[in-house]
Amino acid sequence: MYLRHLQVTDFRSWEHVDLPLEPGPTVLVGQNGRGKTNLVEAIGYVATLGSHRVSTDAPLIRHGCERALVRVAVVNEGRELTVELEIAPGRANRARVNRGAVGRPRDVLGILRTVLFSPEDLALVRGDPGERRRFLDELLVLRAPRYAGVRSEYEKVLKQRNALLKTAGKRRGNDPYALSTLEVWDNHLATVGAQLLAARLNLVADLAPHAAAAYAGVAPDSRPAKIAYRSRLDEALPEGYGVAGGARAEEDTLVEILLQALGESRTAELERGVSLVGPHRDELELVLGEAPAKGYASHGESWSFALALRLGSYELLRGEAGGEPVLLLDDVFAELDRRRRARLAEVAASAEQVIVTAAVDEDVPGELTGARFVVSEGEVKRA
Amino acid sequence: MYEGVVQDLIDELGRLPGIGPKSAQRIAFHLLATDPVDIGRLQDVLGKVKEGVRFCDVCGNVSEEEQCRICRDLRRDPALICVVEEPKDVLAVERTREFRGRYHVLGGALDPLSGIGPDQLRIKDLLSRIGAEEVTEVIIATDPNTEGEATATYLVRMLRDFPGLTVTRLASGLPMGGDLEFADELTLGRALSGRRAL
Repeated sequence: MYLRHLQVTDFRSWEHVDLPLEPGPTVLVGQNGRGKTNLVEAIGYVATLGSHRVSTDAPLIRHGCERALVRVAVVNEGRELTVELEIAPGRANRARVNRGAVGRPRDVLGILRTVLFSPEDLALVRGDPGERRRFLDELLVLRAPRYAGVRSEYEKVLKQRNALLKTAGKRRGNDPYALSTLEVWDNHLATVGAQLLAARLNLVADLAPHAAAAYAGVAPDSRPAKIAYRSRLDEALPEGYGVAGGARAEEDTLVEILLQALGESRTAELERGVSLVGPHRDELELVLGEAPAKGYASHGESWSFALALRLGSYELLRGEAGGEPVLLLDDVFAELDRRRRARLAEVAASAEQVIVTAAVDEDVPGELTGARFVVSEGEVKRA
Repeated sequence: MYEGVVQDLIDELGRLPGIGPKSAQRIAFHLLATDPVDIGRLQDVLGKVKEGVRFCDVCGNVSEEEQCRICRDLRRDPALICVVEEPKDVLAVERTREFRGRYHVLGGALDPLSGIGPDQLRIKDLLSRIGAEEVTEVIIATDPNTEGEATATYLVRMLRDFPGLTVTRLASGLPMGGDLEFADELTLGRALSGRRAL
């Protein structure tokens, strides 16, 4: 798929931009602080309904405005769809597809698929486990949009259950009602949690070979990279779950395992007042050679690993139904050495569409010749 | 900010559900410009609503007497109880004119975040009602969201030990007159797993 048109209004620094786009490489060049990343962020928002830079919507609105508009025209296998999002913090966002309103913004997920690689991705390797869980979940939603619903339902059940654990923990023993309602929430947590867990395990199994190959491609002299799903349930999980070529994780099996684990950690959970078992406590483990990447990898290796995760995701999505994703490379060439740069450029040049931002032309590899836009104060001009 | 009592009125209206500051202001100025007779009627109703309205001793629906109209109605089937969250849900089911049994209004759903557990809902009343009356079927009609589903599961657990009692849950699935392609995955998934033979 490719973006044929991008239009943003009152988004970040932009009052209004109209940008016609084409398949193949597109390069946005401009000095720092001119708003190149903001355009990439707007595209990413349509694909994921979130920003890769901030967790709330308020900073996305141009200062002094009430709402931002992002409109894209996406061509997928010859069929064009326009998606329009109205982002208004404090209120529900509104979405339209081909000018017709859709029930929920979530319904636009899957129309545009993107893989974005940006300087923030260093946190995938160096940051908290939460960053890597988010990486998995976002990829999951790109792969199958229905997981957006599963993910938000899990969050809701988790919040309710934690609230109950907190109050039940305080008056333990003398509240039979609290314990019987806890069983109800256990059931819901296990049912929804198993859906999320199964999908994540299968995702990691599918992504692992792509990520390992991508790492070997960008850093051939380095130790081999490996990714694995780590869960508190590891010992209870059937052989082969989450492993490339292994058994596919099944929800029904996982429901039983989760219920069992919840039963076992009941006392500890009541004492601490939080849910200690479930996909919200799991982790995507990144290993270089024998050591965990976090803490042991050098700066260059961390960068390569982050890049390998994104390129691996790209290769994974590309090989599946739903349309080849649009590759977004935000200001990343400047950070890479010559070999990594060449490897990334090679993949990017083969993409159906890639949108690259850079501060200066020298940062952009020669392979990526295509449309070139100069981004300056308040406008984008084709060069 | 307006002066004195006008601002007080706007603030009070703004506390109501579904009314933001702008709507509150519009309603306040509408009231200012309204005929005193109409205002009098509104005042009258507002005064009566807290004193005059009570909740049915049997089912918990809003009522003017000890028992609500539905519980007093002898033509309704006492063997059938439909459990709902709010009085407005009673009205919704009544509009179908399909249901000839009686109701039980819980007064909400399990919601630990807001401190609502079984004790805050009329669940004990439901259990004693089933124990005392000749009830053969309980239809659980709580909302199909996180809290409503949890409440339904909880009720099923509490009710399964009553001998001879059938417990059912409203089917969830596709809206009538809708298009299959516009149904979200969750709803469609539910509709698929709850399909029936024809």
